[in-house]
Amino acid sequence: MTVMSYLGAIGAAQREAMEADPSVVIIGEDVEANVYGTTGGGKSRSDKGDFLQMFGSNRIRNTPISEEVIVGAAAGAAMTGLRPIVDLSYSSFLYMAMDQFVNQVAKNRYMFGGQASMPVVFRSAMFYGLNTGAHHSDRPYPMFMNVPGLKIVVPATPYDAKGLLRTAVDSDDPVLTFEACILWGTKGEVPEEEYRIPLGEARTVRRGDDATVVAISSAVPAAIAAAESLAEDGISVEVIDPRTLVPFDTEAVIRSVQRTGRLVVADPAHRTCSAAAEISAMVAEEAFESLRAPIVRVTTPDTQIPFSPSLEKQLYPSGPRITEAIRRVIGQPTSMPSHGARDMDQLATQAPR
Amino acid sequence: MNLSPQTQLEMQRRMLRIRRFDERASKMVKRGQIPGTVHTSIGQEAQVVGACMALGEGDYMTGNHRSHGHPIGKGSPLGPLMAELVGKATGVCGGKGGSLHLADFSVGSLGESGIVGSSIPIATGAALSSKVLDNGHVSLAFFGDGAANQGCLYEAMNLAGVWKLPIVFLCENNQYALSTPAHTVTSGVIADRAAGFGMPGVRVEDGQDVLAVYDAVHTAVRRARRGEGPSLVEVITYRYNEHSEGLKLGTDYRDQAERAQWVERDPIVVFRQRLVDDGVATAEQLDALEAEVIEEVDEAVQFTNDSPFPDPSVAFKDLYTEPIGALA
Repeated sequence: MTVMSYLGAIGAAQREAMEADPSVVIIGEDVEANVYGTTGGGKSRSDKGDFLQMFGSNRIRNTPISEEVIVGAAAGAAMTGLRPIVDLSYSSFLYMAMDQFVNQVAKNRYMFGGQASMPVVFRSAMFYGLNTGAHHSDRPYPMFMNVPGLKIVVPATPYDAKGLLRTAVDSDDPVLTFEACILWGTKGEVPEEEYRIPLGEARTVRRGDDATVVAISSAVPAAIAAAESLAEDGISVEVIDPRTLVPFDTEAVIRSVQRTGRLVVADPAHRTCSAAAEISAMVAEEAFESLRAPIVRVTTPDTQIPFSPSLEKQLYPSGPRITEAIRRVIGQPTSMPSHGARDMDQLATQAPR
Repeated sequence: MNLSPQTQLEMQRRMLRIRRFDERASKMVKRGQIPGTVHTSIGQEAQVVGACMALGEGDYMTGNHRSHGHPIGKGSPLGPLMAELVGKATGVCGGKGGSLHLADFSVGSLGESGIVGSSIPIATGAALSSKVLDNGHVSLAFFGDGAANQGCLYEAMNLAGVWKLPIVFLCENNQYALSTPAHTVTSGVIADRAAGFGMPGVRVEDGQDVLAVYDAVHTAVRRARRGEGPSLVEVITYRYNEHSEGLKLGTDYRDQAERAQWVERDPIVVFRQRLVDDGVATAEQLDALEAEVIEEVDEAVQFTNDSPFPDPSVAFKDLYTEPIGALA
C-alpha cells in the first residue's frame, strides 16, 4: 500500500493503462503539458514520468477546443481499434458534445446490431464548491443516466478512482467518469500493484443499523462526517457509496434498507431527476414494506450555481444537512433552524409551492 | 486515368444495384412493405460509386440519412440491407437500425447517421485510428450540402488538418436540403472552405460522370494514404425523387424543367454509352449485367420475405457488450 491523492490515483491508473496496452491513447485539451496533473509524474513537465516523454506524441494528443469532434472522433477511433481515454477537463463542457454522446457514442453499438464496440472512457471533473460560477460547476451525471448505452462512474476515494478507471479502460462499452474536483487532494491508501474494481459493485463505507445513507461523489465524506457525529449520540448509520450509477448495485442498497428501514440519499446533483430521485424511486418500488419512514433526499436545490462563496457553499449536501436528514428519518427532533436544511432539501422546481 | 474494364464494369454494376435497389425500396414503402420511410440515392449513383470505388477494401466510410447507396457502393450484399429496411432478423443490423442507420462493418461501412453531419466526427476518429496504428486505412465521410453548414464538419476538418489524418470529406451536393436550395443558405462555395484549413478542396462540377468523381476522390485518397492529410471534395449532383419516399411536398420548390434536365443526363445511361463507345463492353453484355442486377434485387427481396422478424427479446440486446441491470 501507498498513500496517494485522488488525482494522483487517476494519473497512476492512466499510466498503467498506457503501459499495459498500446491501443490506449489519451486525447484532450492540455494533456501534453499535464495541466491537471493526471498525465505526468509531477506538476512539472520536466518531472520524471511525463506522459509525453514516456509514450510519445502519437499516443498523447493535445486537441483543439472542439468538444464535438473530440468526443465523436474518440468514438470513431474506439470503433476501429483504439481504446481512447478522453480528458474533457470540466464536466460542464460535455454539453458541447451532446449530439455525439447521445446519438453516436450511446447508440452505435445498439443500432448497428452489435457490430460496433465502443471501448472509450470520457473523463471530466466537476468543479463545484470552488467558486467557479455557473459555467464550471455542473454535476451532470443524472442527464447521462437517462441515456441507455453509457456507463457512469462517480469515484469518491483515491482507491476507487484508480481501480474503477482501470476497469473503465478495459470495458468495451463507453464509460463516463465524473470526478469531483473538490476531492482531488483527498489522500488514501492505494495498492502498489495493479487492481480493478468491477462496475456495479457498491462499497459499504460504514456499517450501521438505524438508517442507510446512499452518498454520491463528494457527498460520501459528508455522509461519513454525519455518521460520525450521530454515532456520538448513539445513532448507528450505514453509509453506502454506489461508486457507479450505471450499472447500479440495486441489491446492496435494498439489502441495507431492508435491515435499517430508513433511507437518506445524498447527491450533489440538482434535485429534479437527480440520481437521488432514481435511487429513491427504485427503493420505494422494491423495498416499500421495509421502509419505516419516508425517504429523504439531500441534493443541490434546483437553482443555478452562484459565484459568491457566501451563496454557493450552502447549496451542496453537507455533513450538517445529511445529519439533519438522518434525524428526520429516525424521527428525532432536529437542531437545524426552521429555514435551514429542510427547506433547502425541498427546493425543487417540481415541488408544490 | 486508365481503369481496367473489370473495374469500369463493376462501377456500372454498383450504380445499377443502387438504382434498382432504391426503385424497389421506394415501391415497397408505398405498398406499406417497408415501415417508416427511406431516402433514395436515385440520380446520385455516380457520385456515390465513384467515391466508394476510389477506396480500398479495408478503408472506412460513414454516411447519412440518404443511406442505402453508400454500403451498396462499398460492396455490401443486398439481401441483409433489404432485410434491414423491412426490419427482419437477418437485416445487416438485426432489425435495430433500419434505413436511416445502416452499417456493414464487413465492408468498412461504420454507419449511416440520421442526424445531419453527426457521422463526420466518427469518420475522423477512424482516420485517427489508422494514423495511430499506422495500418494504411483511409476514411471517407459522406455528407450533404445541408451538413456542410453544421459546425462539427469544421471541427473535424480542423482536427484532421492539424493531425494530418487520412480522411476525405466528401460533400454530396444535391443542391437541396430537403426543400431548401443550398445556395440560399450557404455562403460561398463549399469546396473553397478547404482553403481555410490548409487542405485541397476540389469541386466536381459533373457529379453524374462516375469517372470524374472517381478521379477526384482517388487523388484525395492517394494523398491521404501517403500521409499528407485530408482533402475536401464537393460533388455536384441531383436527386430525382422526393427528399424521402412518401413525403408529399410536390414539386413547388424544384422546377420540373430543372429535374428533367438532370434526368436527361442520367449517370447510368451516360456511363453505359461510354462503356460501349470505348469498347469496354457490348450493348448485349451490358443488358446481361442489368438483368443480373435485377435478379440480385429480386433475390434480396426474396431473402427478406423468407426471413423472420426478430424475437421481441432482441430489443434488449446489444446495448452493452454484456447486459447490465435487470437484463443481466
